[in-house]
Amino acid sequence: METPFADSPWTVWAVFTPMIGAVAAFLWPRRAALVGCLATLATVGSVFWLIWQVAQLGPQYHAMGGWGAPLGIDLHADGLSAAMLLTTALVGAGVTLYATAYFQQATETARFFWALWLLLWSAMNALFLSGDLFNLYVTLELVGVASVALVALAGNSDALTGAMRYFLLSLLGSLTYLLGVALLYGAHGTLDIGLLSDLVTPAPADWAATGLMVAGLSIKTALVPLHFWLPPAHAAAPAPVSALLSALVVKTSFYLLLRLWLELFPVTAPGFGQVLGLLGALAIFWGSFQALRQARLKLLVAYSTVAQIGYLFLAFPLALTTAAATAWAGTVLFILSHALAKAAMFLAAGNILKFAGHDRIADLGSGSPGIALSWAAFGIAGISIIGLPPSAGFAAKWLLLQASFASGQWWWLIPIVGGSLLAAAYMFKVAGLAFLPNDQGDQGDPKAAGARLSRRMKWTALGFALGALAMGFATPQILALLDSGTPFAQLGAVGVL
Amino acid sequence: MSATLLYAITGSGLFVLGLYALARHAHLLRKIIAVNVMGSGVFLVFGALAYRTPGLVSDAVPHAMVITGIVVAVSATAVALVLMLRVQSETGRPHLPEQPSD
Repeated sequence: METPFADSPWTVWAVFTPMIGAVAAFLWPRRAALVGCLATLATVGSVFWLIWQVAQLGPQYHAMGGWGAPLGIDLHADGLSAAMLLTTALVGAGVTLYATAYFQQATETARFFWALWLLLWSAMNALFLSGDLFNLYVTLELVGVASVALVALAGNSDALTGAMRYFLLSLLGSLTYLLGVALLYGAHGTLDIGLLSDLVTPAPADWAATGLMVAGLSIKTALVPLHFWLPPAHAAAPAPVSALLSALVVKTSFYLLLRLWLELFPVTAPGFGQVLGLLGALAIFWGSFQALRQARLKLLVAYSTVAQIGYLFLAFPLALTTAAATAWAGTVLFILSHALAKAAMFLAAGNILKFAGHDRIADLGSGSPGIALSWAAFGIAGISIIGLPPSAGFAAKWLLLQASFASGQWWWLIPIVGGSLLAAAYMFKVAGLAFLPNDQGDQGDPKAAGARLSRRMKWTALGFALGALAMGFATPQILALLDSGTPFAQLGAVGVL
Repeated sequence: MSATLLYAITGSGLFVLGLYALARHAHLLRKIIAVNVMGSGVFLVFGALAYRTPGLVSDAVPHAMVITGIVVAVSATAVALVLMLRVQSETGRPHLPEQPSD
């Protein structure tokens, strides 16, 4: 098989291409948008080459600078990493496209957006490729700092206080995680996840370390009851940033939790799964209920994220013996489908906000054709959030339902189905507006800056929505990718769908 | 009680103290300092655990991690302080507003 660059270390390029782009965007602020586009192209290329390697040649390892663990830094890519990198690349490419139109003038905000967004991308890719608990801490902090700065870009008091609260909670989460790492290192003398998986025991020290790491990562993933930082931060950020945060950033700490769970925690913490599942169910009901109550569109979408995060945590109690592979596959599929659907919703909400000059749900009218495509994107994304076929959201929930029956825990179907019904309720509350004639003939606020939406902004939102809908058809290919390397290979092939 | 254990317990105590202050105080500067105290607690735990085998040279890996951790903490504190100043100039006070009804 003669494929060019088949044995190049694409793991390294997936991290360094966006980082080089971030530095370049910072150094040449006038050309930041151009640099951002070029860096996006190069990063997407590197990531796709890496995914090809993982799918065709199996898991990839690279010891940076020739120094292997424990002294040096190793990069690992397996099926789970590849799925996360793929999600990030898809959402990232779309958001870059959207942002070129959203930030029309080369203002200071726009310049910093490109540098920070590329830095965030680099940090996320590094997180997905690290296999060392301390490097993971550093990448978590990089993701946190870049995200907070991106929220603060909007510059108004809502954005600044939202960013400040987000930052304090994010630091609390990472430090709690780091204390757990310290305890694990003290007990076993290594930080490599692969080595640790053979060493951990149900001893009190490991149990405490597990508890701290799970708690820290749950704060960063905004699991109820520590979700309160998310809605103000996600709602106050500029539209492309909201999309990045809700679609990708909350998933990074969840990905880390998932990987630690699969490789370290089964031995140390059998009881944590039920607790996380209960909190997940609570998140689904509480987040959906709050979403129903919101008067502003972006806050509604943000609370919907709180609810959807709950679904991710349902897999922890469901993943018992035979049902494990099904539950985890459903969860990863859920991450992908929610990423695309939520990116679509936040970009569409950004368009609606820009067009109308506000996002008060009660005063939003559809009427004018200028905004119809964005409403369509919002509605189609809703199909995936609710979980109707043929969307990937449906496939993911179906897998979770199967897992709940296969593991003999039928009661988890209450939050799975209940969350869908509530999602339908808050989606229809908003979608109903699109069909109501508006007496005032809401033609958009003429004073709002750039009330005319560029075609690119409308079609990117719609593209994400259609992608989430169509991804249901690509489910078998995605599940096949997951089977490459640990941790999913050892669970056995996913014999579903 | 060995010295290692004493340091580790002190470190955990600092962490809890910082956590309390973070939740208790409203002024942002106090919150930022609280986070720094928590970080110092974690670093102290790391430092204590480096001396794992009494009588032998201590493990260098936790030292490297603490140094990296300090760099991260300094950068994060700088960002937090700038953010705090922006919050103050924008809202007039160095506090976070009360949580909207949730």
